[in-house]
Amino acid sequence: MTAMQIIFLITAAVMLGSAFMVVTTKNLVHAALWLIVTLFGAAVLFATLNAGFIAVIQVVVYIGAIAILFIFAVMLTRRTMSETGAGLNPNWWLSAAIAVILFGGLAWLLRGWDGFSKAAPALPSGFDSVGALSQALVSPEAYVLPFEVASVLLLAALVGAVYIAFQKKGEE
Amino acid sequence: MIPLSWYLILSAALFSIGLFGVLARRNAVAILLGIELMLNAVNINLVSFWRYNDPTRMDGQVFAVIVFAVAAAEVAVGLALIISVYRRRNTVAADEIDLMKW
Amino acid sequence: MDFWSNPVQAAGVWLTGVFAGWGMNADAAGILTAFIGILALISVVMVLDIFLVWTERKIVARFQDRLGPNRVGPFGLIQPFADIIKLIIKENIYPIGVDKVVFNLAPVLMMMSVLLLWAVLPLAPVLFGVDLNVGVLYLIGVGSLGTLSIIMAGWSSNNKFALLGSFRQVAVMISYEIPMVVALLIPTVLSGKMGVNEIVQAQEVWYIVLAPLAFLLFLISATAELGRAPFDLTEAESELIAGHHIEYSGMKFGLFYAAELLHTFTFGGLIAAFFFGGWRGPWVEQVPMLGLLWFFIKATIGYWIFGWIKYTMPRIRIDKMLDLNWKFLVPFSFVLLMFIALMNELLRDTSFYAIGMFLSNILFGWVTLEILRRRARGEREKLEGAKHNDHVVTTSVVHSD
Repeated sequence: MTAMQIIFLITAAVMLGSAFMVVTTKNLVHAALWLIVTLFGAAVLFATLNAGFIAVIQVVVYIGAIAILFIFAVMLTRRTMSETGAGLNPNWWLSAAIAVILFGGLAWLLRGWDGFSKAAPALPSGFDSVGALSQALVSPEAYVLPFEVASVLLLAALVGAVYIAFQKKGEE
Repeated sequence: MIPLSWYLILSAALFSIGLFGVLARRNAVAILLGIELMLNAVNINLVSFWRYNDPTRMDGQVFAVIVFAVAAAEVAVGLALIISVYRRRNTVAADEIDLMKW
Repeated sequence: MDFWSNPVQAAGVWLTGVFAGWGMNADAAGILTAFIGILALISVVMVLDIFLVWTERKIVARFQDRLGPNRVGPFGLIQPFADIIKLIIKENIYPIGVDKVVFNLAPVLMMMSVLLLWAVLPLAPVLFGVDLNVGVLYLIGVGSLGTLSIIMAGWSSNNKFALLGSFRQVAVMISYEIPMVVALLIPTVLSGKMGVNEIVQAQEVWYIVLAPLAFLLFLISATAELGRAPFDLTEAESELIAGHHIEYSGMKFGLFYAAELLHTFTFGGLIAAFFFGGWRGPWVEQVPMLGLLWFFIKATIGYWIFGWIKYTMPRIRIDKMLDLNWKFLVPFSFVLLMFIALMNELLRDTSFYAIGMFLSNILFGWVTLEILRRRARGEREKLEGAKHNDHVVTTSVVHSD
């Protein structure tokens, strides 16, 4: 058991446990906090995969912005300070069955693929993944067009969100 | 050294847990939390395939960055919609917002 | 390796050798040595934090033309220990309805997010926690953990004022992250690297000379990020009692307070690393550990600048804070980034690089001030036109009497 394997197993256990708490706990602020633990575990996994930039962007974007947005939304959509309400709807057993079948199907499908247990190829020495990623995002032969389209998408989402949730002064 | 299978099984499990959250929860914000879990599972999958296939090609990481942007946009608009619905109907339980059912 | 040129590294290697000699395998010995190194750094930083309490009170006293604590020990140096003893012996109050786990976790998370920043600061050419190649982004990411702890503190207190205070503080913090990120991108563009140690190594000429406007931008947005005056509406006693830490008593409040002071000093360290040349100074090539002294001197100057601003300026209202950010700082920061990148490309290989960058920054600042002045003049004329009309009406009413 190398150190990396121990780190991976601990992180995976924490992630799966907190993901389970996200979908079962009744108190929604707690669910958002458990989601933050899961997202942090994902950042650790990205770091073990030598994708340092993605790991830090995960913390900045997901934990620093999206999770905080969730907590604000949970606080703004409750009727009283401590209301929780029922957690799961009456058909939860069917959803659990579907989830288990999906996981089983994916695992069985992947096991039949011959590249399933391959090892990681070595990174070329002096490989600068941040530099290579930045080149890929702005060079015309690579992905500059999806990058610009993603910016336009974010602008549209920004304008749309403000317009939908905007309350004119004096309007109920 | 960690075989690719560990990462793929983990992301499949995370995806299934997220799917359970989307299908089984009453509160609309909790459904969005499940969607976030699914998007994270997809990201883990993409980045592990990038690392294990050919780390010198940046396609996997670029895809993951675009998924970040799309997830952020979707959460913003989704939560704005939920807040707007809460203002009209005073509820966010998904089975109580059923005005268009026959 | 030579002990005098790299003492900390030499001590680490010796310690790993000792552990391996006791029979641990090499991996585990390395990890244990790393843990001991982390513990040593955190202990030094926390002791520094204790003396920051004393420094803060002396600085504020001198700005207010009085002496500050000078009874307890020589020059009042034992005062922080008296404060600590007082805080520890206080009762830990849990109001009704608090969520105990989140309530207890919030101050710990706040202190943790500040201590994590010290992992990437280069204290000397050979003394830094980890040479991360995305250090600048790491700083932003860890700052968002602090934001999270404020929401947790405000929500778990089961108190509407705490919740309101924490909402406002978090709104200010996430708004001012944008100009702060852009202000941190400017040294990245000037040096071409994102690692903090590499940015310090690239500062042949200090970046405060090459980009003084970036320094000012970082100063303003960092003051808002830290929640210090003039942006401390959420902590002001007269406005919102104490914001997100109303319900905290005893050492938990002490942790919040100490975390805020240490955060300020850490940002002073960031200013030193990004704009004042970090550990650079005379004789650093011969004696690398001297860089530690230069770094701490510059960080203390940065800390003093934050204190200077805090004890001189009045508080800003929350809507004006957010207006300042979204209507001025965000467009200003983007245009500044493009301008500095352009000037850097044009002037980089010429002989008057430093002077050219400095003068172009002055020009940009002057143009910005002119634009602001025109707008302010327009607003003032609108207001005075309205006042003049009122005056005429009043006069005619008086005359017709």
